Amino acid sequence: MRTIKISGGRVIDPSQGIDRTADVWISGEQIAGIGEMSNGEPEIVIDARGKIVCPGLIDCHVHLREPGNEEDETIQTGASSALAGGVTTVACMPNTLPPMDTRDAVEYVVLQAKRARKANVYPVACVSKGRKGEELAELGQLVDGGAVAFTDDGAPVSSAALMRQALAYARMFNRCIMQHCQVMELTTGAVMNDGFESMRLGLKGMPNAAEDIMVARDIRLAEITGGRLHIQHISTSRAVELVRDAKKRGIQVTAEACPHHFTLTDECLRTFDSNYKMNPPLRTKADVESVIEGLVDGTIEVLATDHAPHAAEKKARELDIAPFGIVGLETLIPITVKGLIEPGLLTWPDVINKLTVNPARLLNLDHRKGSLKVGYDADVTIIDPDASWVIDPAKLRSKSHNTPFGGWSVKGRAHTVIVNGEIRHSLEPGFETPGRRK
Amino acid sequence: MAKDTHNLAVESGQDVAPASAAQWTKKHLIGLEELSAAEITAILDTAEMFGELSARDRKKVPALQGKVVFNLFFENSTRTRTSFSLAAKRLSADVQDFSASTSSLSKGESFIDTAKNLEAMGADILVVRHSTPGAPHLLTRHVGCSIVNAGDGAHEHPTQGLLDLLTIRKHKGRIDGLTVGLVGDIGHSRVARSNIWGLQKLGAKVILCGPPTLLSRGFEKLGCEVAYHLDEVLPKLDVINVLRIQFERDTKSVFPSISEYFRLYGVTGERLARSKPDLLLLAPGPINRGVELTPEVADGPQSAILDQVTNGLAVRMAALYLVSGQGR
Repeated sequence: MRTIKISGGRVIDPSQGIDRTADVWISGEQIAGIGEMSNGEPEIVIDARGKIVCPGLIDCHVHLREPGNEEDETIQTGASSALAGGVTTVACMPNTLPPMDTRDAVEYVVLQAKRARKANVYPVACVSKGRKGEELAELGQLVDGGAVAFTDDGAPVSSAALMRQALAYARMFNRCIMQHCQVMELTTGAVMNDGFESMRLGLKGMPNAAEDIMVARDIRLAEITGGRLHIQHISTSRAVELVRDAKKRGIQVTAEACPHHFTLTDECLRTFDSNYKMNPPLRTKADVESVIEGLVDGTIEVLATDHAPHAAEKKARELDIAPFGIVGLETLIPITVKGLIEPGLLTWPDVINKLTVNPARLLNLDHRKGSLKVGYDADVTIIDPDASWVIDPAKLRSKSHNTPFGGWSVKGRAHTVIVNGEIRHSLEPGFETPGRRK
Repeated sequence: MAKDTHNLAVESGQDVAPASAAQWTKKHLIGLEELSAAEITAILDTAEMFGELSARDRKKVPALQGKVVFNLFFENSTRTRTSFSLAAKRLSADVQDFSASTSSLSKGESFIDTAKNLEAMGADILVVRHSTPGAPHLLTRHVGCSIVNAGDGAHEHPTQGLLDLLTIRKHKGRIDGLTVGLVGDIGHSRVARSNIWGLQKLGAKVILCGPPTLLSRGFEKLGCEVAYHLDEVLPKLDVINVLRIQFERDTKSVFPSISEYFRLYGVTGERLARSKPDLLLLAPGPINRGVELTPEVADGPQSAILDQVTNGLAVRMAALYLVSGQGR
């Protein structure tokens, strides 16, 4: 069996409370241990001095667009983008064409991900048949096919009755319902946050209340059903308060925040640049502060990107025609560094916690991922925290380049990424990625 | 310096504008928000010069001879487009209309591609009307020619704002110190936003009046006074600008009925009798008679509605003239 020794890095594994300089050993497809090992000479030694060595990062909110919108992204390109961003595992959303609402659709994604041999891909399947929000999809069969959670993301489960059933029914599989919280009646035709900026620009806005109301509703539904509710891309002050309060009351609710929601505000829309158009929209400074507060006090336990690739010809349109969303996998580390670590709000262990063991738990993968414990899957991310670089949208591995962070001077970058014991990404000169080319 | 000198100079093709026109250095006219008071004054002074010219027998000047102006309209408009066309013609430019319904947009061509095609045909100025805020702004990043915004969604309609300013200035002799009321559908109105920026930059006080459903919270942060009852604000006003209800936009359930709207905000002779005797009445048009104002008011002595149309032509001549760099 092939052994890899990752030598001399700062090993951060929040699942075990580890933050010290040590070697990490991999044997075959599993973690063999941390520290001194006596099992002979390793086949490969990776010099990780000055770098952070942590469990492979997990992004629980990614759109891979395949099948149906391969012009935006494929499983191959999306999983490549993940690797370049230091992410070894992604959970992909089911708003594909057709939507991922059947076992064969889920299995197709799993198969394509295996063929791609990039990051691990776990499907999040539809809550409702056809993502129409009317009747429950066959959740049991979706679980058998490999679904790790359920969502109708892109849109919310609008019906309170269906949401109640979903939360209750998914309990028997111990799966969470990931909800995109938005009362659609309050956001018809809207392209940005509702408030002073939208008034000034003459653009139709989505009020915070559209998110708050559904977060409040679904927390109550989680409470009466005992189901697991996960609030996706939380973006408002009140929603953060509601989640904080629900946790105090012992309700099974978790929440994720995206880098753009803790670094940018709706003032960015003054440029009318569609790379600032996302859903939920960029909110106000007060909301950004609340999201950060939620991240700091643990109300928000997961960081996610909501990686939403869109081909240039779709995004370079008038604001009301351009689709919502931005790519995020390759900017996850540096924007998190800029937004949270550099200002001293969170430490590296805090951030890695929200990108490893916490999302692993959310996705029921914590028995094999999100940790460097012996026997766990050998997914390891080696981060160069001091790497200074300028984000160039044209150089992203994603098939789409729709990012608002182009031109930003940033610090922190994935240096080497190991998936299932195989080095699949490295900034070392001359490194050849294994697996199929684009 | 006598204004006649300028006019003669323009007529003879020497391109000498009023002294203030030298303040104008911009390539595009996107909105009044980004203009300084000096730049706004530059357009108004230049427009006044062209206005005087239009009163003469020979109305055409050679200022933009050889230039190509396209009217790129993605939203219905008759008066604004006609006004821009005539303005371009009076400046001796070649002008061509391009409207979305008859274009390749119906074949799926994008807005930006359309503009690039027109640029490839030699366009010097694109006059753009679009239902999406920011659409003209978007074009400035993709084409090299000048962009003049002829109205983008609810964002701005700079030439309308400017013609309102010019009309007020001509009637009142000033703008500084006046109290101007904008009444009605503020929320959907690009005219309102352009007026707010322009009026405030030139020293007027702006009062916005309409139902809260058409006057979202936040407008007061722009420095305006916000009111919901017309009868309370009317006596304070030197100028009232009556905005049209934009039935083509989302106006369902923003007020219960036209008759209730008219009762609360309709400008009637009776209401005018309770206002300042020299109140100046503007309306950007097209007006809905019997909804925003009565015919007697629209056609009455305080109405400057048709002057606005005349001034609109002069303002658009000034805008085309200045963005082509003729004022320098």
